[in-house]
Amino acid sequence: MLEAMPHRAAIWNFLFGRLTLDSLPFLANNAEGRILLVTLAVVVIIGVAILAAITKARKWGYLWHEWFTSVDHKKLGIMYMILGTVMLLRGFSDAIMMRAQQAYAFGPHMGYLPPQHYDQIFSAHGAIMIFFVGMTYIVGLMNYIMPLQIGSRDVAFPYLNNLSFWFTFGGAILFMVSLFLGDFSMAGWLGYPPVSELQQGPGVDYYIWGLQLSGVGTLLTGINFVVTILKMRAPGMTLMKMPVFTWTTLATSGLIIATFPVLTATLFLLGLDRYVGTHFFTDGFGGNLMMYINLIWIWGHPEVYILILPLFGVFSEIVPTFSGKPLFAYSSMVYATIAIMILSYLVWLHHFFTMGSGADVNSFFSLTTMMIAIPTGVKIFNWLFTMYRGRVRYTVPMLWAMGFLFTFTIGGMTGVMLSVTPADFLLHNSLFLIAHFHNVIIGGVVFGVFAAVNFWFPKAFGFKLDEFWGKATFWFWLVGFWVAFGPLYVLGLMGVTRRLSHFDDPSLQPYFIVAAFGAFLIALGILSFIIQIYVSIRQRKEYAVGGDPWDGRTLEWSTSSPPPEYNYAFIPVVHHRDAWAAMKKFGFTRPRGGYNDIHMPKNTPTGVVIGALAFACAFGLVWYIWWLAALSLLGVIVVSIVHSFDYHQHHHIHADEVRRSESGSNQAAAQGASA
Amino acid sequence: MSQLSSSGHAMPDNHDAMHEHQGSLRGYLTGFVLAAILTVIPFWLVMGHVIANKPLLILVILALAIVQIFVHIVYFLHLDTRSEAGWNMMAFIFTAVLVIIVLGASIWVMYNENVNMMPMSPQYQQHSIGHQPASNPPTR
Repeated sequence: MLEAMPHRAAIWNFLFGRLTLDSLPFLANNAEGRILLVTLAVVVIIGVAILAAITKARKWGYLWHEWFTSVDHKKLGIMYMILGTVMLLRGFSDAIMMRAQQAYAFGPHMGYLPPQHYDQIFSAHGAIMIFFVGMTYIVGLMNYIMPLQIGSRDVAFPYLNNLSFWFTFGGAILFMVSLFLGDFSMAGWLGYPPVSELQQGPGVDYYIWGLQLSGVGTLLTGINFVVTILKMRAPGMTLMKMPVFTWTTLATSGLIIATFPVLTATLFLLGLDRYVGTHFFTDGFGGNLMMYINLIWIWGHPEVYILILPLFGVFSEIVPTFSGKPLFAYSSMVYATIAIMILSYLVWLHHFFTMGSGADVNSFFSLTTMMIAIPTGVKIFNWLFTMYRGRVRYTVPMLWAMGFLFTFTIGGMTGVMLSVTPADFLLHNSLFLIAHFHNVIIGGVVFGVFAAVNFWFPKAFGFKLDEFWGKATFWFWLVGFWVAFGPLYVLGLMGVTRRLSHFDDPSLQPYFIVAAFGAFLIALGILSFIIQIYVSIRQRKEYAVGGDPWDGRTLEWSTSSPPPEYNYAFIPVVHHRDAWAAMKKFGFTRPRGGYNDIHMPKNTPTGVVIGALAFACAFGLVWYIWWLAALSLLGVIVVSIVHSFDYHQHHHIHADEVRRSESGSNQAAAQGASA
Repeated sequence: MSQLSSSGHAMPDNHDAMHEHQGSLRGYLTGFVLAAILTVIPFWLVMGHVIANKPLLILVILALAIVQIFVHIVYFLHLDTRSEAGWNMMAFIFTAVLVIIVLGASIWVMYNENVNMMPMSPQYQQHSIGHQPASNPPTR
């Protein structure tokens, strides 16, 4: 049910809902308030500095016309990657605060975070890292690379792609606003009832509406990518000639379409319980909170495969490129991907073996969980055999790939341990579980994203990333990961449970201090990454490369770096798997004339406008500002309808312009290919 | 929504996938007659008290409903193995498999959870009423 409104004149409650001065936690005179005040000051200073710099450089028009309203899949991909990096910094700040608290809060010391603040931090850390770091990064990568790999000029629905980004962005901003206006959910990253239904204040509502916004964005992206891959591949590129990254994008998008509606529906039911007093997930009046846990994991387990599959695709591009060989057993890789896609729907109960389904149900899901390790193991061997007797070049992307193989395999093995139901009864909710899923998510998703950034950065910007700082990033992350999570495995086996803000037993403290030191090493890794980007931009002339700096194998390396707006002046015709490797082998030369006008989608501000209105609607719902919610929802509908009557959504790039652009940047591409 | 046109040279397309399926009058009539028959039979079964066994009656009606779903899909939605190079059929089968998994397994899981864990569930109440410790003192 709706909570009571503040006691004040009705007009204020109408205008501002339940938003009062007391909702500003940084004004509170306690430790929490002071931490937030400092954070707010830093955010304001950095924010003002960035805004001032943009204004001083007169870049607002450039940003608006070239980026915010762009429907170019490449620019949207880059914006997703930037958003993901910003949210990584936020999520990591939460992580290092938790590590610092747990390293200190023993016996008489209560630490610097009160429990209700600590609970918000671990909830925000999990939700942000999954929805706004992991999902944002993989959507960014798929956006940038997949259309290039299939020889297409954009995705099937370019405007929808822009809209998806702004929905995701709105959700991210809503999460960030919760830092300084009100509070955040304390119900963990999945918002289990009864905590998520009983918590007073706007925290859980921020969580619900933030995820609803980004969930819509993700779902639309999934639809967009499936249509793009099925309908817009270059002539000759049959399914079994597609690059593996495109295959994994297809599988991930299929999973998104099938699972994200479950998340949306589940959170909607939770929202109904909180807003209109239904009892879907309260145990009175016929509801059942176990149903929430069942439903959320029907989405949640496929979600972890949504996150990891595109990175399997990334490694399947990097390992062959730097081994100088085609991928070992391509078709088994494809079938393993499809098998994982189906099996990922049959394992969700392993997240709640201990809830009491009984031996029959638990055994079934235990077996399916062990089965899903088989196609994953097939993939590991595919990569190993690709490297076997290849000429491996130890570049930065390849280092990440090898760090992944080592780390992810161990993470998978602890996962199989957890799939044994009797063992799970001991390990459930322990730090062993925490160590396991960080082992696969950091070792798989994060390592994969860093590998992909180092691999495709020269394609996106025309210059390579600095190698020294790239290696520093890798070693800090790899060592830091094991130092941070090794102790958690040990602690978990000793029975320490997750989500504790204080410990009584001082003998545990050394482990937590080591773990905190590991988090510090990871912080140095993130710092090295930022330095790497900075140094590379400073020395971009020195690091400039042509179209094909790595001796790549797939189509995206056949165009210039960065690719022109239209990607390909002539749509390539594909005859072989690893199309670009084959084209190079048979002495392909770029056509140097006979250009035609190219038909492209036009930029549109509609995505930004609808994203802003949807954010306003969600904000109004969080704070019970009903007029704002109603008006902005109406705005979303009206703007969508008006946009559908805009019949001039395309433009032509003239042949002259194509010629100019091809003779300029592609000169470099030709040199890169011959070098 | 602005799907780029497949006609221009901008966006290549798989022309094998463009084979459009339009229904014929004959097809629609066949579908209509089949759907009508499949609707009338359950009414007749219920109103004429044809099958005395209730669970069996429900099963028969459900079976007829599933047949009717397929009649609609084939004759009205024109789903076959050829449209969009078979992708429509693939998507349909994928969705059907997932819906069956999600619904079927959820019912299975939640039934067991409910029986085992919910103290107020009817099964548990019957159980505890039938075996009150006070009314069944241990035999000496």
